[in-house]
Amino acid sequence: MRRKINVWTNIDWFTVILYVVLVFIGWLTIYSALYNEEHQSIFDFSQRYGKQLLWISAAFLIAILIMVIDSNFFSFFAYGFYVLVIILLIAVLFVGEEIHGSKAWLRIGSVRFQPAEFAKIATALTIAKYLSSFNIKLNEFKTYLKVTGLILLPLALIFIQDAGTALVFVAFILPLYREGLSSAVLLLGVYLILLFVLSFLIDKLILALGAILLAHLVFLFIQRNFKMMLASLFIFIGIAAIFLGIDEFTNLNIEYIYIILGGFLLSSIIYLVAAYYYKISKVPLYILFVFFSIAFTYSIDFVFDSFLQPHQQKRIVQLMGIEDSPQGAGYNVNQSIIAIGSGGFSGKGYLKGTQTKYDFVPEQSTDFIFSTIGEEFGFVGSFIIIVLFVILLLRLVFLAERQRSFFSRIYGYGVISVLLFHFTINIGMTIGLVPVIGIPLPFISYGGSSLWAFTMMLFIFIRLDVSRLKVLR
Amino acid sequence: MDIYAVRRNIVGGIIILVALLFLVKLFSIQVLDKSYQLSADNNVLRRITQYPARGLIYDRDSNLVVYNQAAYDIMVTPNRIQKFDTTEFCNILDISKSYLKNKLDSAKNYSYYKPSPFLKLVSSKTYATLQEKLYKFQGFFVQPRTVRKYEDSVAAHALGYVGEVNDKLLDTSDYYKSGDYVGISGIEKSYERYLRGKKGVKMYLVDVHNRIKGSYKDGKFDEKAEKGSNIISTLSLDLQRYGEKLMQNKIGSIVALEPKTGEILTLVSTPNYDPERLVGRKRGQNYQKLNNDTLEPLFNRALMASYPPGSTFKVMNAMIGLQEGVVSTRTKFGCRGGFYYGNFHVGCHDHKSPTNLIESIQVSCNAYYCNTFLRTLNNPDYKWPGEALNQWETYVESFGFGNRLNIDLPNELPGLVPNSTYYDNIYPAGRWKALNVVSLAIGQGEIGTTPIQMANMTAAIANRGHYYTPHIVKNIEGEETINQRFKKKKETKIDSSYIETVIEGMDLAVNGPAGSGSTARTAALDSITVCGKTGTAENPHGKDHSIFIAFAPKNDPKIAIAVYIENGGFGATWAAPTAKLMIEKYLNNKISVKWWEKYVTEKNLIKGRHEKED
Repeated sequence: MRRKINVWTNIDWFTVILYVVLVFIGWLTIYSALYNEEHQSIFDFSQRYGKQLLWISAAFLIAILIMVIDSNFFSFFAYGFYVLVIILLIAVLFVGEEIHGSKAWLRIGSVRFQPAEFAKIATALTIAKYLSSFNIKLNEFKTYLKVTGLILLPLALIFIQDAGTALVFVAFILPLYREGLSSAVLLLGVYLILLFVLSFLIDKLILALGAILLAHLVFLFIQRNFKMMLASLFIFIGIAAIFLGIDEFTNLNIEYIYIILGGFLLSSIIYLVAAYYYKISKVPLYILFVFFSIAFTYSIDFVFDSFLQPHQQKRIVQLMGIEDSPQGAGYNVNQSIIAIGSGGFSGKGYLKGTQTKYDFVPEQSTDFIFSTIGEEFGFVGSFIIIVLFVILLLRLVFLAERQRSFFSRIYGYGVISVLLFHFTINIGMTIGLVPVIGIPLPFISYGGSSLWAFTMMLFIFIRLDVSRLKVLR
Repeated sequence: MDIYAVRRNIVGGIIILVALLFLVKLFSIQVLDKSYQLSADNNVLRRITQYPARGLIYDRDSNLVVYNQAAYDIMVTPNRIQKFDTTEFCNILDISKSYLKNKLDSAKNYSYYKPSPFLKLVSSKTYATLQEKLYKFQGFFVQPRTVRKYEDSVAAHALGYVGEVNDKLLDTSDYYKSGDYVGISGIEKSYERYLRGKKGVKMYLVDVHNRIKGSYKDGKFDEKAEKGSNIISTLSLDLQRYGEKLMQNKIGSIVALEPKTGEILTLVSTPNYDPERLVGRKRGQNYQKLNNDTLEPLFNRALMASYPPGSTFKVMNAMIGLQEGVVSTRTKFGCRGGFYYGNFHVGCHDHKSPTNLIESIQVSCNAYYCNTFLRTLNNPDYKWPGEALNQWETYVESFGFGNRLNIDLPNELPGLVPNSTYYDNIYPAGRWKALNVVSLAIGQGEIGTTPIQMANMTAAIANRGHYYTPHIVKNIEGEETINQRFKKKKETKIDSSYIETVIEGMDLAVNGPAGSGSTARTAALDSITVCGKTGTAENPHGKDHSIFIAFAPKNDPKIAIAVYIENGGFGATWAAPTAKLMIEKYLNNKISVKWWEKYVTEKNLIKGRHEKED
């Protein structure tokens, strides 16, 4: 029995207004960032700010179109859309056009677009559809494995063209988490990131010791056996000390890391024996954790040296503050921070941002657009933008939670995770907290392709929300 | 609704946490830290590209050939221009007001904010005058460059020239930016990667009044320019100079190689031009003039002109005949006024008859070679002449003909060596006869060879059966070796014993006693045993071309040379004495036959070259 749903009365106008505000702010900011005395009209279509108006108009049409479509359309065609996008992603590898060094664009007639942008929507829809299907048990490992596969496929294809954009797919861990993915996985993710960062800053020897200590603390936290933990710690320290002594005495000069590894290996044997005897659970897991951590930090080095291009290596290294890069990424971020910092409390005023005006912040209408806001409107402006995004995201959480259907909720969290990721990385990059990964700020950065993709993504969710009462499951 | 609902709080928490983190950092840099405001005021940056000195080019004896001189580009950034005295400005730079207006307009069109070139390559003097007064002309600044300077006005083709990078290269390359210089021909082009070094960058802080306040961050973000690697070429500057002097007022080319290594000792193509003319601001104008010159001085005849080799090619057919076993040293053919076969006739000059193989080279008998070639093609070992011709083709190609030699200079022509497929397209396929193509026997007809290919063949003969790919660079500073392909020995398909036979013929051709019919006596030298072969290439448009190939000394050869002189008549007339002078110059560094030198140098073959000889 279908209840007639009046779209107009059920749209979440709150979200729509936030969207329009952000888009409008974006348009005005692009105007300021690229202000050209020769083309003073904001409607000048030869300039990007004029063009953005066209993209915005088209985006509004897309939004309206989506609102008119039946909400079942999206779940019905989710898989089909996914397959289509995968085909396009493969096509781009062969017949794609290269712009700014990445072969990520397809051309149809005179229109260019990036399949990668739409892959995000398709993946969100597909995960939602898959996880909400009948007979899918949400806490089975097999399920999560398949979902991971669904995420990794587009990730891998996009990685070939542009590593930065591919990274966005990692954000989909959030909807999975909401649907029951073990928080251990989330914590593991955070741990890995931490380890990644620390492996550049701290000597691996200390990290190894740290990992061993951490394993003990986790053991303590979970098993609550203080005596055992202490005993284990002393065993390790003892054995390591003995090895160290032997090394000093015989002057073999083995590297310390091997002493530690050897010591821990021997200790592990003792632990395993003790675990069997005293019936302590999960000991192999802790041992594995330590070895894995150490292996991970070493493999980072290996991958860094063997697989990363020099400019990518530079980016990471300069973010860690180890090395300031001459040109390129370090300089760009530096300029951005100066621009933002010089905005002071209330900024220099609209159209008066000298740094961005003189073209010294690169990509200032796309990736670094936040710099213009920071420079022209100061802390007040930055604060407002961030708050607007936070409100939007929290509102989306609220909307997602009120969905009755799994599909709509999961998709909703998909949208939140993508927007959150872009927001975090983009702004983080302009203030130097995050490596320079070139991804746009949603709704604000210049670009038809990305604006349309974000609009589609958001409005599909708004549309689903409109029909939330229609659904029984 | 489900047990995980509480996780929405975690998600919300993450969102708020990230936002707080950002706000804290923003507060710190925008409100707490005042230094950014100061940085921003002084932060109008100017990036000056440091163009490194281009690598120098030396000759094989380490004489400097090409070096650099300073020049200055004046750049303008439109949005920083303030009112200025245009009259004074135009006076200093010696430009017209309309030039000023036009240039400023096009700069604005390009970009309001980015600098673009306003006036390129002004002299140091103008630069000095301008620099004093530059503060009056806001929006303008100076970008130092280097341009080429030449020690002497020779070797323009081999050295090549440098010009601004074109659009095509800009699109495909990461390194080049608009306004950069790049080698466009010759060594400058083929060794561009080494000569160009690496651009650097200096960052300066400029205040709101456009005055340089100092290095940005003490030069922390500067990148040092790396100067280009110097190159030692194989050319001998002395010999090159001499060759160009000998070839003045003549059209043609000289290529001399060192047989043991394939090093190019000299690469002359005339008419040529002074390389200095393609440097600096006048380059565009001068290039146009040179391009429009009907004598085509820009055309490098040594590599890009394909001629039929004429009688010089007889040595090749001799070698092939010997190798195929259709003739031997003792084989004799008669020649009374030429070669006759039925109604077919190829003429020949007067000489003793019959001749054996060695004598046939000495006197350059056409009949001998028509006979030999017919035997080669009609060899019963092959099913039909086409198959034999293909075998002939492989011999010829093993000496480097028919394809590019793949030297380290651009724009080589591959020449043309016909095979059976080629003739199948002209004559009824599979049915043509040896007689149809017999002009190949005496190096006429469809065959096309370039002077460097001929020199290379001569080197291969001098080496008794192998050669090294000719190359023009001996050494690159900082590199262990030049490209490995130049070190590989390339074997021809002719046994060295047969080559020795042919060399005897070439010896006799030059050094045979007077009256014995030696065609190349004009190439003989007292102290050196020169071995050579004359050639006279038919020219339907005017006087025949004079060709000569030679190497010397006969044993342990040090130089192999090919001389082409268009409209020079018989090979012996101009090409042979030119070769002899070059050889003596190179080997002895002095000329004993001064009369010859004067005679050759003064001859003008450009006048009246379209008149056919009787």
